[in-house]
Amino acid sequence: MIIKYFSWIKEHVGKSEEQIELPDHINNVNELINYLNEIDKKYSLIFEKKQLIKIAVNKTYSSFDTNISNNDEIAFFPPVTGG
Amino acid sequence: MSKNSPLIKIKIQNEDFDVSDEIKILHQNNTGAIVNFIGVVRGYDEKNNQIINSMTLEHYPGMTESEIEKIVFESFQRWELTGVTVIHRIGNLKPSDQIVFVGVSSKHRQNAFDGCNFIMDWLKTKAPFWKVEENNNKKNWVNFNENDNKALKKWQ
Repeated sequence: MIIKYFSWIKEHVGKSEEQIELPDHINNVNELINYLNEIDKKYSLIFEKKQLIKIAVNKTYSSFDTNISNNDEIAFFPPVTGG
Repeated sequence: MSKNSPLIKIKIQNEDFDVSDEIKILHQNNTGAIVNFIGVVRGYDEKNNQIINSMTLEHYPGMTESEIEKIVFESFQRWELTGVTVIHRIGNLKPSDQIVFVGVSSKHRQNAFDGCNFIMDWLKTKAPFWKVEENNNKKNWVNFNENDNKALKKWQ
């Protein structure tokens, strides 16, 4: 699975992208976040205010309960500020 | 493309754009009105009371284009339009540089006004771009403006 980060989230994680092998017991975005929080404290700083985080699964806006698999591309980013 | 098929142009680019060139492209045979919006880099941050030296725009390649496409297709569903152009710049920009161009053509003016307004409102809240302002080596990620969400209500 590819995980992408943008804006200030990218800076907190320290990278714009990473590849992980998704454990079998993880089925949705929420479970992925819990898993990342367990791996490293830096993620919990990002996800502590989940209402500030937008999610895309395979480049489509998604939610915390969206189902995911190891072939997916997940992105975490703050609300957009273009235009 | 046949004479009557709508013109759609969506570009994400580092380079500047020429507004008069873009308007010429939107000027089709059956066009009676062209409305355009140009977003420009402000040189001053009123909220934090400080000068902005430059701004860098990043985006999510692939998703940005598809989100803008969805908004543009929706605008064609809602109004009778003959053409839409959306150009959004990325990379480092200086105060007074152009950021975004939205041009909409139609047979009659009201559709072009509404279509342009609609596309800009949705682009502000859905297209995955992020601005970071730079001032004397300090970086400040621009916060989402809640007024942009309120602006969407008029289209519901």
